[in-house]
Amino acid sequence: MSAVSTSAQPPLQEHGGGDAKADRKLRQVREVGILLALVLLVVATTIVNPNFLSAQSVRDLLLGATLLTILAVGQTLVIVTRSVDLSVGSILGLSAFAVGSLFAAFPTMPVPVAIIAGVLVGTVCGAVNGALVALARVPALVVTLGTLYIFRGIDYWWASGKQINASDMPSAFLGMGRASVLGIPVLALVAVLVVAVVGWYLTSYRSGRELYAIGSEPAAARLSGIPVDRRIFMAFVANGTLAGLAGVLYAARFGTLDATVGTGLELQVVAAAVVGGVAIFGGSGTVLGAALGAVLLTTIGSALPILRVSGFWQQAVVGLLILTAIGLDRVLAVRAERKLRGGQSRGA
Amino acid sequence: MAPEVTAPSSGQGAPFGPDRAPRGGTLRRLLATREASVLGALVVTVILASFWVDGFFTDRTAGFLILDVTAIALIALPMTLIVITGEIDLSVASILGLTSAVMGQLWFLGLPLETIVPLCLALGAVLGAINGLLVTVAGLPSLAVTIGTMALYRGLAYVILGDRAVADFPRSWTSGATQRLGETAIPWVVLLIAALAVVFGIVLHATPIGRSLYAIGSNDEAARFAGISVRMTKLWLFVASGAVSALAGVFWTLQYSSARADNAFGLELSVVAAVLLGGVSIFGGLGALPGVIGGVLLLGTIRKALELADVSSDTLSVVTGLLLVISVVAPNIVARLKERRRPDTPSVPAHSNQR
Repeated sequence: MSAVSTSAQPPLQEHGGGDAKADRKLRQVREVGILLALVLLVVATTIVNPNFLSAQSVRDLLLGATLLTILAVGQTLVIVTRSVDLSVGSILGLSAFAVGSLFAAFPTMPVPVAIIAGVLVGTVCGAVNGALVALARVPALVVTLGTLYIFRGIDYWWASGKQINASDMPSAFLGMGRASVLGIPVLALVAVLVVAVVGWYLTSYRSGRELYAIGSEPAAARLSGIPVDRRIFMAFVANGTLAGLAGVLYAARFGTLDATVGTGLELQVVAAAVVGGVAIFGGSGTVLGAALGAVLLTTIGSALPILRVSGFWQQAVVGLLILTAIGLDRVLAVRAERKLRGGQSRGA
Repeated sequence: MAPEVTAPSSGQGAPFGPDRAPRGGTLRRLLATREASVLGALVVTVILASFWVDGFFTDRTAGFLILDVTAIALIALPMTLIVITGEIDLSVASILGLTSAVMGQLWFLGLPLETIVPLCLALGAVLGAINGLLVTVAGLPSLAVTIGTMALYRGLAYVILGDRAVADFPRSWTSGATQRLGETAIPWVVLLIAALAVVFGIVLHATPIGRSLYAIGSNDEAARFAGISVRMTKLWLFVASGAVSALAGVFWTLQYSSARADNAFGLELSVVAAVLLGGVSIFGGLGALPGVIGGVLLLGTIRKALELADVSSDTLSVVTGLLLVISVVAPNIVARLKERRRPDTPSVPAHSNQR
């Protein structure tokens, strides 16, 4: 026994250390990979048309990526716990319409109050999802598919065919959608702030790390004393809140609101997270990756016309990108597993 | 050794939500009530609608109802089998759209429909096989794969047809698609749906293949050790799903006499909703075809009744969502209450371990 262990120890240790490092490296490689793809795309597009990197077009790009980024960050919180939230598009629509209606009903309403109200709409929706998933213990996919329809239905019922126009909203609010600081749109700064705060929370806080533990193995997480239900509930609440925030920003940016705002966005959001390396079965993935995924998807949309590729190719390219991303993740995972097995077999 | 191997895969089998439903005996009883309650709800809805809504209980209404739910009913059949094995196919509506686009383009290029239709069905099978290969051979999660192919196939539909619409299909084919049965107002397509439902029903409920689907859905590693060729089975299910979605695409194109790239956009969620409403567990291993057909008809009936009652169709989405949520929350709560009432249930900590 002791002879075996002494002979096995040096390689084991070496492997243990190497694996942890390799693992970290793999994860970094994943994000660097997306970043590289993004840079390549931007460079190629800029060579074809130097205007692609003009201040105005970069600003448009950032604005376009803002909403998807915020939603992808929220979705990451949920997917990491091995859940999913399909209702985010409906939440965004509902909160955008809520803000618009508030302004239409009370034109003198202070802007911050309306913003908070819109965000709270999202929080409430998220709490409904979270309660159903965590307390009633129903699979998240089913619950949020249901609430996708419910929230959208409430939106339709509330709007009842009406539309809210920019003239219904105060210019101070709409100005927020157009303002920039040092050439960077305020909305994009909000998205960056969201990425930074949530990313910091997930990596540095105990409860943030516990989300990963829950996603890796819910039963083990429960046994080790993690309040699984409460964490999952809070993940949904946070995701709803972020979707509400995205709704408010949508209202500020576009000004024209009806009940169809945000329809079909949910799968795009999940796609952005998956492209960004967030494992669909939970337990791994970073907020930064998801955000990069969202920026990449948006950039493809605006780069294709400049590369003289018909805009009709956009969705197909996005689809290929998703498949490539999950294929790549699989290859990396298999390789990591093989390395671990190799270490183990030598140890035994 | 064995638990180490099975642990990750059992995690994959139960993707969303930390826990599986409790136990065999109770489950079977629950399943029975689920099925019964969906069909019961359908009967109650039909009776209520007949009393309250003018002109609901006519064969004309039934005819339109069937045409409305044709695509969902067709695709729900293979989807049921796929969900029972613990997988999911979100690309079905995109396969429908791509088939429709290809059909339109080929007709535009002058091919006869007699050639086009088999080509389209074969295309659907190939698209399904791509999904299947990515899931079985590459070992990727079907949820992520089919979100990817959903975008890819829909994108290819746009590449092929752009924002054009091909609408000049021959009258004989388009009216043939919605042809009524004899003197009634019931479309013949109901026979097609019924025939396919019988085929899928027999495969699922009366053959070893069907039993193996439940085994795969309960624990695919165990199923593999029991000698079931899990990969081949799943691959063929995805092929079937693709082919049936293509069939729905051909029918959709003829029924509305319009081939467009955005045909049936978003239909995948309606199909999944109908399947789940019909009592199929999203974790796999549970569910039955009659319940799913009940789910499809229930959603279609409510839509039709609201439409005839002049209630805005938007209300329907609230009803759909509420039904879906209630249908999964209610049995859970009932089961919990039962467990709490039973005196000899294990104490709370043991129970939470099981979760």
